[in-house]
Amino acid sequence: MNFLIDDAPALVVILPLIVSAIIAFIPSSRWPWIISMITLIGHLFISFELLSMVKKTGVILYEFGNWQPPWGIAFKIDGVNIGLQIIFSIFVLITTFYSRKIFLSEIHPDDTGKTYSLWLLAIGSLNGIILTNDIFNLFVFLEISALSSISLIALGAGMNRRALLAAFNYLIIGAIGATFYVIGVGFAYSMTGTLNMSDLVVQLSQYSSGQLAIFAGMSFMLIGLMVKSAVFPLHLWLPAAYSYAPSAVSTLFAALATKAILYFFVRLIYEVFRIYDHYLVIFLDYVLMPLSVTAIFVGTVIAIYQEDIKKLLAFSSIAQIGYITLAFSLNEQSGITAGFIHIFNHALIKGGLFMAIGYFAIVSQDRVTLSSISGYGQKYPITSFALLICGVSLIGIPLTNGFVSKLYLFQALYFNQMFITIALVAISSALAVIYFWKIIERLWFSTTTVKVAPEDPAIYIPLWIIAISIIVFGIFSAPIIELATMASSDLFGAISN
Amino acid sequence: MSNSSLIILGLLVPLIAALGSFVFQKNINLRDSFGVIGGIITFIISLIIFDGIKNFQEFSISLFPLIQGVEFTFRITPLGSIFSLVASSLWILASIYTIGYMRGAGEVNQTRFVIFYSIAIHAALAIAWSGNLLVLFIFYEILTFSTFPLVGHKQNAESQAAGRVYLSILVGTSLMLFLPAIFWIWFQTGTLDFKSGGILEGKFPTEYLSFLVALLVFGIGKAAIMPIHRWLPAAMVAPTPVSALLHAVAVVKAGVFSFLVVVVYIIGPEYLFESKASNWLIWLASFTILASSIIAISKDDLKARLAYSTISQLSYIILGAALATSFAIKGASFHIITHAIGKITLFFCAGAIYVTAHVKKISELNGLGYRTPLIFFAYTLGALSIIGVPPFVGSWSKFYLILGSLEADYLYVAIILGISSLLNIYYLLEPVFIGFRKKLTKDIHLTHAPLAVWPPVITGLGCFALFFFANYFIEIINGVLFI
Amino acid sequence: MTDFLYFWNHFAFILLMVGGLFIIITSQNYIKKIVGLAIFQTSVFVFFVSLAKIIDGTAPILMKVEAIYSNPLPHVLILTAIVVGVATSALGLALVLQIYKNYNTIEEKEIEAEELKSER
Repeated sequence: MNFLIDDAPALVVILPLIVSAIIAFIPSSRWPWIISMITLIGHLFISFELLSMVKKTGVILYEFGNWQPPWGIAFKIDGVNIGLQIIFSIFVLITTFYSRKIFLSEIHPDDTGKTYSLWLLAIGSLNGIILTNDIFNLFVFLEISALSSISLIALGAGMNRRALLAAFNYLIIGAIGATFYVIGVGFAYSMTGTLNMSDLVVQLSQYSSGQLAIFAGMSFMLIGLMVKSAVFPLHLWLPAAYSYAPSAVSTLFAALATKAILYFFVRLIYEVFRIYDHYLVIFLDYVLMPLSVTAIFVGTVIAIYQEDIKKLLAFSSIAQIGYITLAFSLNEQSGITAGFIHIFNHALIKGGLFMAIGYFAIVSQDRVTLSSISGYGQKYPITSFALLICGVSLIGIPLTNGFVSKLYLFQALYFNQMFITIALVAISSALAVIYFWKIIERLWFSTTTVKVAPEDPAIYIPLWIIAISIIVFGIFSAPIIELATMASSDLFGAISN
Repeated sequence: MSNSSLIILGLLVPLIAALGSFVFQKNINLRDSFGVIGGIITFIISLIIFDGIKNFQEFSISLFPLIQGVEFTFRITPLGSIFSLVASSLWILASIYTIGYMRGAGEVNQTRFVIFYSIAIHAALAIAWSGNLLVLFIFYEILTFSTFPLVGHKQNAESQAAGRVYLSILVGTSLMLFLPAIFWIWFQTGTLDFKSGGILEGKFPTEYLSFLVALLVFGIGKAAIMPIHRWLPAAMVAPTPVSALLHAVAVVKAGVFSFLVVVVYIIGPEYLFESKASNWLIWLASFTILASSIIAISKDDLKARLAYSTISQLSYIILGAALATSFAIKGASFHIITHAIGKITLFFCAGAIYVTAHVKKISELNGLGYRTPLIFFAYTLGALSIIGVPPFVGSWSKFYLILGSLEADYLYVAIILGISSLLNIYYLLEPVFIGFRKKLTKDIHLTHAPLAVWPPVITGLGCFALFFFANYFIEIINGVLFI
Repeated sequence: MTDFLYFWNHFAFILLMVGGLFIIITSQNYIKKIVGLAIFQTSVFVFFVSLAKIIDGTAPILMKVEAIYSNPLPHVLILTAIVVGVATSALGLALVLQIYKNYNTIEEKEIEAEELKSER
């Protein structure tokens, strides 16, 4: 079993990809799910194996086919991405467990095999984004994940044909973003002759005064990634894509897809382009930060006016991505820590919210709107109560993990003397109460005549796992903070030393 | 029983009462008795704690760490023991009154009502006993959320709108101002524990102190200083036991209590006094006192008038805290007790008039005094106490506040307090005069609801009796400045 | 001026890129959008491949004599990118087909009008 340990970094990505090719041809409606679950349990074990290896050695460099970088493709696993990897593999397992009932109800049973094939393809490629150390390889994973996501979103057409338009929009905008990214890669390659990120750092240092071509390349790459991670105002594909996709797909994407790309975005900024401090400061202070603050406001305000709950959550996601990029734009270690903490915490919160709404979608067999969930609080108390916990955490009330995020974000802002931004963030977090409360009010303070189906353990068990971990990580936040601090100190501390 | 388990028990009793009401919701007598029994038990516990604090015993328990340097701690301060005693004793009467009112008025969803009533009391007790500012904030939010179902109880468009105003102002201000203020204190000092003399001195940039005071006084929206007072009249659509809970027992008292605790145990009265950071607040509180009194005069709805009276009275407490002299702080602390018992009497009476005679407006009270003498008797006692007439307990706290204002060399504050008392006389006693002076204009059919009538009589007599037991409280209030 | 001629490949690339983007943005027809996308992506292929070209260089094949050869890596990268591009176009066309089945049109304006109607 030695190869399992030696090749663990490759296996963790390849395992879902290989299995995805196989299960596409399984005609059953049950087996693809079972195989996926087994695969992802294996995936989780390998991730923990990687964690223990990283804790021992610090950094794992895995060279594919023993081709040495900068010629071959390499994966790099260090403190920056191992935390995300662990969260990722735990969360995909929970979501896959949850997805079965949703897919049973929203998708034709004959398509189950193909659906799970796409599902694993998306998981494998997102995982590749987290681990790769090669900027072109990232493009490939980016496109695999985009294409599989688009197909998954289009599967929502069985419920509402607008899913097709959402998927098509995402395809066009996503492809433009990805192509922008490749153009940037081309510029960087033309100047340095390398694609490996670690090598790129070395090569770029000879142009430390900076070259126009490199700046152009940087801008193309960063903007391409901003499109992909839905940073305002390049978010236009996201609301429709999240809200018309099958609920399980929305859950997976809202929790993880944009987060994986955001992680790479921040890694590119602080690891590779770190030496161009003067350029970077302009980008962070005058582009990313104002956009983040605007995103927080615009996302929140639009969410307030939404009637369709999945759209409401999608716009809330845009605001939350704004919080993350705001933290990242601080150009300081505490900010990066805060950003990573919020990546973890928001994955839990938004995942839980989409899970609960997904359940309401399959019981009502229709779009979930504010009026259609009237009185569900009394009819489906188990699901609704978990929804309440996730929502309270989204606002950032103490004893939930949302509070921990907010505390660290405020701390980072405070020590960077950004008092006006603190005021803006405080106001917008209070505005978030409005849209969240609209949901709660409908759930509990109005009545309904809808027939009640008994709640389904296959839905509420994963949901409650998330709800409980929201509270547990709200009180005992040490493990999350430790992972985030490890990430930020590896990313930032090592370089500034 | 050890001191720390006493705290846990005291906090659990209201929750158990809520659970009991939920489990036995079919048997309404059993369901409603949980509140009364829970009230009696917590009252006894509060009394033991109150006595212990007087004998300088230490009551504290730490459960788990929240953030660095801040634990989930309950630690009872003298101020907290006063507040818990007020909350638990009035809970007994409020539970009895709730039974009478809810059944008399035939409200729906009574089970939900009693459950959230108990949870609100739990939150109020936890606020009283919290050991640091973050724990206080947590239960402050729980109190807001648990009282929302009570405010929006009727579930019609009006109560829904009122509920939204209530929630958006209270949660909005707390998240926008109170929480950042807490963070600010924590960033500067690394701790949030309550300590006598405060924790800020020497660690906080004094030139920004008045800004922090502003964040706190507006962030603690429950203290209802103008212009953060709109939620209080809006919440008047709720059933009267809720109004009693909001205005006398839990919510507003939690607000002013929080502010008082911040001044006494976080900022430190001496530091605040010397920095003059709260001078502007003295003006604002004075303005609120007069403005809301004048608005109260213009209100014909009895509950709305009492609501504005509450806003005015709460600003007495804020004024005391802002003056930050020893007498003023003592007066403010005492005013929590005296106003609570006086105002709950008035609200009980307003509700009792509604249940028995179905009258809400002051102008329609004509001659009712002869039909329902007990209610009007109780109302008069409560009103006299709030006005500050000896021998009613309200006179003590007003006396201390005036002493405090003179001690701080604010003569005009003493004058404003005097004017406010004159206004009080007018708008609180007008219903009594109308009730007794004029003839009954229309034929009113009286409903018999003894459980709604007797609680105000008890609290009204309490206003009178406590005047003679003031020493008992003064003793512990003298200890407020020391933990 | 010589600089301009020296970098002519960049200009060709920019022309193609902007043209492709223009088509994507302005055309109402979904198929045309995909055509625009293909042109847009092709511009990048041109860019990469032209970067690798060395004047008088030969193909990078192992030879007895030492020779100047063009860098093979960009070609390899573009091979991958072409595959990605084909997949994107294929998926896009499949989506257009489904859209046509559902809406009976692939004109953006008509679809928007129909959606507006169905909302009411």
